[in-house]
Amino acid sequence: MKPAANAIDTTTALNFQDVGKSFLAGQRRISALQNVSLHLRGGVTALVGPDGAGKTTLLRLAAGLLLPDSGKVESFGLNTADDGDSLHTLSGYMPQRFGLYEDLSVLENLNLYADLHGMDRLERQQRFDELMRMTGLAKFTERLAGRLSGGMKQKLGLACTLVNRPRLLLLDEASVGVDPVSRRELWHIIETLVRDFAATVLLSTAYMDEAERCDHVILLDQGRILRQGSPAEFHALTAGRGFILSSPVLSNRIVQQRAVTLPGAIDAVVQGEAVRILLRPEAKPDWQACFSETDRLHSQAASPRLEDAFIMLLQAQRPLEKMPPPICVTALDNATPTCFANQPAIIEVDAVDRWFGEFQAVKKLSFRVCQGEIFGLLGANGAGKTTTFRMLCGLLPASNGKLSVAGVDLRRAAAKARSRLGYMSQKFSLYGQLSVRQNLEFFSHAYGLRNQHRRQRIAWALEQFDLQAFADVNSTDLALGYKQRLALACALMHEPAILFLDEPTSGIDPLARREFWTRINQLAGQGVTILVTTHFMEEAEYCDRLLIMREGDILAAGTPAEIKRLGIAADQAPADNMEEAFIRLVETGEAAPL
Amino acid sequence: MKASRQRLAGLIRKEFLQVLRDPSSLAIAFVMPVFLLLLFGYGVSLDAKHVPVGLVVEHNSPESREFTAGFEHSEYFQTHYYHDMRTAQQALRAKQINAIVHLQADFDRQLSGGEPAAIQVILDGVDANNARLLNGYIQGVWQNWLNSRAERRGQRPSTAVQLQPRIWYNSALRSRNFLVPGLIAVIMTLIGALLTALVVAREWERGTLEALIATPVSVREILLGKLIPYYLLGMGGMLLAIAMAVWLFQVPLLGSLWVLLVCGSLFMLVALGMGLLISIAAKNQFVAGQIAIIVTFLPAFILSGFLFNIDSMPAAVQAFTYLVAARYFVAILQTVFLAGNIWAIIIPNALALLLMAMIFLGLALWRAPCRLE
Repeated sequence: MKPAANAIDTTTALNFQDVGKSFLAGQRRISALQNVSLHLRGGVTALVGPDGAGKTTLLRLAAGLLLPDSGKVESFGLNTADDGDSLHTLSGYMPQRFGLYEDLSVLENLNLYADLHGMDRLERQQRFDELMRMTGLAKFTERLAGRLSGGMKQKLGLACTLVNRPRLLLLDEASVGVDPVSRRELWHIIETLVRDFAATVLLSTAYMDEAERCDHVILLDQGRILRQGSPAEFHALTAGRGFILSSPVLSNRIVQQRAVTLPGAIDAVVQGEAVRILLRPEAKPDWQACFSETDRLHSQAASPRLEDAFIMLLQAQRPLEKMPPPICVTALDNATPTCFANQPAIIEVDAVDRWFGEFQAVKKLSFRVCQGEIFGLLGANGAGKTTTFRMLCGLLPASNGKLSVAGVDLRRAAAKARSRLGYMSQKFSLYGQLSVRQNLEFFSHAYGLRNQHRRQRIAWALEQFDLQAFADVNSTDLALGYKQRLALACALMHEPAILFLDEPTSGIDPLARREFWTRINQLAGQGVTILVTTHFMEEAEYCDRLLIMREGDILAAGTPAEIKRLGIAADQAPADNMEEAFIRLVETGEAAPL
Repeated sequence: MKASRQRLAGLIRKEFLQVLRDPSSLAIAFVMPVFLLLLFGYGVSLDAKHVPVGLVVEHNSPESREFTAGFEHSEYFQTHYYHDMRTAQQALRAKQINAIVHLQADFDRQLSGGEPAAIQVILDGVDANNARLLNGYIQGVWQNWLNSRAERRGQRPSTAVQLQPRIWYNSALRSRNFLVPGLIAVIMTLIGALLTALVVAREWERGTLEALIATPVSVREILLGKLIPYYLLGMGGMLLAIAMAVWLFQVPLLGSLWVLLVCGSLFMLVALGMGLLISIAAKNQFVAGQIAIIVTFLPAFILSGFLFNIDSMPAAVQAFTYLVAARYFVAILQTVFLAGNIWAIIIPNALALLLMAMIFLGLALWRAPCRLE
């Protein structure tokens, strides 16, 4: 190895000076980062921001995998452009999806990285022991990496990155799709590294609660740093602006729908049994504007959180995007049931199993969903959500048990059941080369709408989803949030009674996510039954009832509030959030009856 | 230096483990070559043998029996007798037979009368190549019959000039002897270009290459870490093909094995260079596979002289074949197997391979990403 051109400066782990980076996409040059400057010395730094903000590009620049077009990137005093080789011995980088060789066993993966870092046998043995203890993988050394669960893959990816004891650790979306228990263990490892080895960690994350735990937070949007600082500094931006509203007579959904229209409201979301609202700094809390005496509205100050500041800062960047106008789905009665227990079930799942060869993806699953309910299916990747979902859509037959949707047994008449439901998949299933209007036309044809009726529905979709301006744009050129709107419109063309949403919000920025949930709430308010899967535990709060799955089994089921009270002793307070509830449930091993 | 060797060893070990565990790599590296060898060794034959031929003899006589016996005793034909032309023509239309040989009722009379006796031959010309072969064979039977008839009568054969063909290099005229050596070039292209392009593209797809580049490993080591394992696999494929050719299909190997191995190495380097270049251009498996098949595998199959004779291609296509590396290697393979170490052919072709190897590998090294762009 050639000696480093510059002396190693151990104090500054990472230094970006006015860094710009752009890529060629077809004929156009797209700017991924502009004027980014940052300076890291120790501690854990979170990189947050909407999808496409430039987080991955920033991490790749830091790892020396990309070179900046302008400005400079230095790590420990070494310029990434000149001293790439020596830099790679000092830093460790874990790409998205962990960069593991899935055909290789745990030990073979570790050995490869140890070879690449030139470790000798003795040193290696010692280091592997340490890493195995740290990650709890010791029992699985012979297992192929491809056969590990999401959480174990993540830990193996981390172990491979840590083989050479890097002083700078760069992690790209290390916890996406990983269950809360594994996420907590990952954080434990990271905190140990920082405390005991004075490592510097830079990680990108989609989880706000992870960013809360960091020493420093960088908010990126459209390739620029919007703001950076400690979580406390972010909290200060919205201190005193958040309130928790609840009413004993109104449903959360109604409180939320009204709260959005309050003067100066930036954001209102259902959270547990209450609604959390965020007001502009200059706005006064004026509840009377939307609520009357008889609503018996109760308000209290909410403790500040990072997400509030992000929403506020991001919304300031996009002044034109407002909360959506209420959409109305015709041909459905406007009944808004508040209590679902007495409603007839519209989806019934009874002791359903699904085997793939030797592997049981779903184990004796039973649940029921009532009309007008938002029902959530939660769990990490591999928990069995997607399999359950596909069975309910009639795309996959169950191995055992009974499934019925809208009163139709899926075993007998899957096609008939499908005509009553709308489906929106994670990847949106749009035809990229067709325009917005052509997509709508295609889907309405596919659902068998004719002439006048079809024209009406297309006009309805363009208007309700604010897509008029983009009617002739190819759907591949739409922004992600608009693609999502179009996909939802396509799924609603035939006025389905049930809407299936498969990971509808993955990769969508927090603002678009808000907007999406507002629409979903409105649909549910009009009697559409909604079944949604997600791996974001926080989205559980938007559901009326939910089911948390783990390894094909039901871990817990019930309303968000019920789940938070599960697995605790009588004198303990309920869990603050779904994440904590999940961890507690796994630890106590208590599964709830339905 | 020691660290570099260790890194390289780690990469090579990883590569072998992956090939052995991934069913699609196994299929390309081992199953496809064996399948192709069995197919071309046993299934595909360019020879016409046991061709069904219809015989219509209107008047049975010693002369006509003697003539038809020539068909029955030949391994090229499988004879079917018909009573009249109508049924024979139906059989021809139904593809039950490929040709009709018609001896008319006055065949004997004409022969004994010293008149030229007419034999009618009708050929199914749909497969033109086959029809031409068949025509030749039928004429051969006729010629033999004439000769033996003349001999019996103590006459000199009727034709003034006698053709005495001697076939060199593949004296049995077995097309297998010519196909199986050429197949080696196809198999090595499969492993060197297609498999290599696919596995590198897979590393891009799964993000493992990204993780590799972030370690102290250099681009040269990553490239060597791909070159060495697939070179060994490709040479293994070549040895397997040679062994099967010699022992299973009894193809004579007249030249030396060493010449084959040296030229094979050169060709393998060309194939690897192409595979690596493709993987640099195409970062997903589907595109890499498509490009590799169109740019390397199909030309090796069609334009290398392995299956079709280059000299009978149109001039423009012939000119194009000079860009196909397999062309040079197929020429070497066929020469070394069937004719021996003929340096006048081996040396220029080997030099062409060397030049192509230098160009492709040079380009691959030069264009290889040392970063993600």
